[in-house]
Amino acid sequence: MDEQVTLMIYRGDNVQGEMKEYKIPVAPGMVVLDAVHAVQATQAPDLAVRWNCKAGKCGSCGAEVNGRPRLLCMDRMDKYPAGEPIAVKPLKTFPVIKDLATNVSWNYDVNKKIPAFKMRDTKGEEPRFSQEEADRVQEFRKCIECFLCQNVCHVLREHDEKNTFGGPRFFVRTAGLEMHPLDDENRLDLLKDQMGLGYCNITKCCTEVCPESIAITDNAIIPLKERLVDQYYDPLRKLYRILFPAKKT
Amino acid sequence: MGKYQTFQYDVVVVGAGGAGLRAAIEASAQGAKTALVCKSLLGKAHTVMAEGGVAAALSNVDSRDDWKVHFRDTMKGGKFLNQWRMAQIHAQEAPSRVRELEEWGAVFDRTKDGRILQRNFGGHTYPRLAHVGDRTGLEIIRTLQDKGVHQGIDVHMECTIRKILKDGDRVAGCFGYQRESGRFVVFQSKAVVLATGGIGRCWEITSNSWEYTADGHAMAMWAGADLIDMEFIQFHPTGMVWPPSVKGTLITEGVRGEGGVLLNKDRKRFMFDNVPEMFRGEFAETEEEANRWVAAVVANKLPDARRPPELLTRDVVARAIRREVREGRGSPHGGVFLDIASRRSPSEIKKKLPSMYHQFKELADVDITKDPMEVGPTCHYMMGGVRVNPETQESTVPGLFAAGEVGGGMHGSNRLGGNSLSDLLVFGKRAGEFAAKCALQTSSFGSCDDDQIEVAARECLEPFDESHGENPYAVHEQLRTLMQHYVGIVRSQDDLKHALVEIEQLRQRAAKVKVGGNIQFNPGWHLAMDLSNMLDISEAVTKAALERTESRGGHTREDFPDSESEWGKMNLIVRQEGRDINVSRRPLEPMPAELQQLFNK
Repeated sequence: MDEQVTLMIYRGDNVQGEMKEYKIPVAPGMVVLDAVHAVQATQAPDLAVRWNCKAGKCGSCGAEVNGRPRLLCMDRMDKYPAGEPIAVKPLKTFPVIKDLATNVSWNYDVNKKIPAFKMRDTKGEEPRFSQEEADRVQEFRKCIECFLCQNVCHVLREHDEKNTFGGPRFFVRTAGLEMHPLDDENRLDLLKDQMGLGYCNITKCCTEVCPESIAITDNAIIPLKERLVDQYYDPLRKLYRILFPAKKT
Repeated sequence: MGKYQTFQYDVVVVGAGGAGLRAAIEASAQGAKTALVCKSLLGKAHTVMAEGGVAAALSNVDSRDDWKVHFRDTMKGGKFLNQWRMAQIHAQEAPSRVRELEEWGAVFDRTKDGRILQRNFGGHTYPRLAHVGDRTGLEIIRTLQDKGVHQGIDVHMECTIRKILKDGDRVAGCFGYQRESGRFVVFQSKAVVLATGGIGRCWEITSNSWEYTADGHAMAMWAGADLIDMEFIQFHPTGMVWPPSVKGTLITEGVRGEGGVLLNKDRKRFMFDNVPEMFRGEFAETEEEANRWVAAVVANKLPDARRPPELLTRDVVARAIRREVREGRGSPHGGVFLDIASRRSPSEIKKKLPSMYHQFKELADVDITKDPMEVGPTCHYMMGGVRVNPETQESTVPGLFAAGEVGGGMHGSNRLGGNSLSDLLVFGKRAGEFAAKCALQTSSFGSCDDDQIEVAARECLEPFDESHGENPYAVHEQLRTLMQHYVGIVRSQDDLKHALVEIEQLRQRAAKVKVGGNIQFNPGWHLAMDLSNMLDISEAVTKAALERTESRGGHTREDFPDSESEWGKMNLIVRQEGRDINVSRRPLEPMPAELQQLFNK
């Protein structure tokens, strides 16, 4: 790798901005976040970028590097071709606050709509379940809320359906609750009516970018879609529901 | 006050890690109108980085465990400087706090019979840490976050609090700024809970994020509160050392809990030669015995051997690693080797330590299922903090509470791994509960007078002064280097005195830092403001370290290498008087006989 590397970083807000060029020295093992920090410390102290753990655990530093959504703290500089500039842009799906920081508050609003975990009655007994049951939901609970999946989902990115669609992150979260061995709540109405689960046409873009390697489409979205179909579109069930209206299954 | 955005709450909780979230949930549950104010986005706080587990004597894995053993381990780990009542409350209440998390949806790893699994950790006599692989902190923060958002708590994200506002002796609220807009904000409140975490950004090599700039420690001191145990800093034995990008990044103690061993460059397990007197007889004396212990643990049996010396307390292991490196027996990049590859199968490693596997593979090009890791000490945790009432978590300033890392006294001179997550749950809950009670008993709001607010606002804007010229990043870098070399793992009178002189010089420079751009989301400006916290608290640490002329836990003096029994009866208190930061001695509260006898076995 060259001693110097050129970074093109978006500087600006949601209204106007430009790609600005910075040159910084590279060190072994450097990640893109280090490079952005080096720019900040020496050339652009007011460059806005979020970060916390610097180890892929908190999901703060999501951005688009050469057009690909990445966690900046896990993105090694030596993966990019030597001598070519590296372009760093904010996530496209969310409004830019400044530079690389975007307004992701919409995600927090969606999260609030999801009914909380409700412990089923264990009749005073200590709750018990197997590691296999735990494994299934632990996969979903690994999510670090980096919102890279939200960023690439075309329902949000191209169609901006933020009023009618929850997005992969919140399908994962709902799956983690719905498949929780101790949960006693029903969120299928929410998935169908407010979170627009039907809009997802399983292109797996979300799964591809997940830094935690959660099988979002296969393990969360498809099983939830199956549950919806069972619940609302199974003709026998429909008849049963008409004959015996119940508040939940 | 009208000039700034103003809010009114019964209780304002500053910081949204585990302690802050737990405090806000409790305050709100008690009927107090509660705000949770945090510097990052919700769910990103330092707690997400906690890996190994939460210590609680559930006795699911070893039925011999109970709160008394946990209490004893905690006091021994802290070398008996802990506030015994805090350690007692902590050990007694931790199991309820963990079970409560399960009722709120947390999914811990399971035992064969379907209960919460517990793992071994340094300094804990029995397997005690409830965990989720090596991402326990994430599980806890997400569980609390999801509980909290349905509880009517107002969350003010990306808002930094700079000052506690007072009306006479008591708390009247706090003052800060919105990071995004740069606008100032005033929270008028009857009680404030500090849950701001630690101070690790004062050191060069640290596992701590940008948030750990000593905000709460400094704000409490400025408000007139006592700080306690400020000389005790935990250097975690196992941080990454290579490549430079990740120097200091944490490697969970869970690696050793799962059987990992420490080796020097001659492939010798040097920890066998580093068992202190206090722990003699409690650890394996041969590799064969240590291996037998690991084999039993892996097979889910009660071990008939003593535990490996790699599981000694963190202060002991960090000093031993430092010595190996100093004496020329280190690894190529100035650490030692931590080997799990030869101890456990690749599938076990990936299952129990998934984020360690990922972290090394991605960031260091090391496959930990095949090769050893290179590790060295990293500044990790602040034992010292705001001196609080053990029952209520109230500081010496009425209406000001503290919980979690910013609170002091619970861990004494050294914290055991796993006792941080339990600390923040136990005392977060208590702080929220008593802050709410305090607020609900207070009939009217104190007055946040304009003068206090104007002074705070003016100080914040000084870095935009055109006549200034220092780079805040450069001043910060120098402070970190200074603290690393002169107030690090091993200290001496000369080094500490040198550090005090340099801190004063850095303070002069910090007064002249200049930032460009405007007040909107400007990290350079944010850092410029944080320098004052970091400098004042660095001075507090250095002065306390100078005063304590002995070695104990997270404070080692080259010139006073032994622990002294007289010092074992004394905590140090730091207090700001006028402009001066002063240290005084405070005798420990005597421990009641029924607790005392736990140590006479």
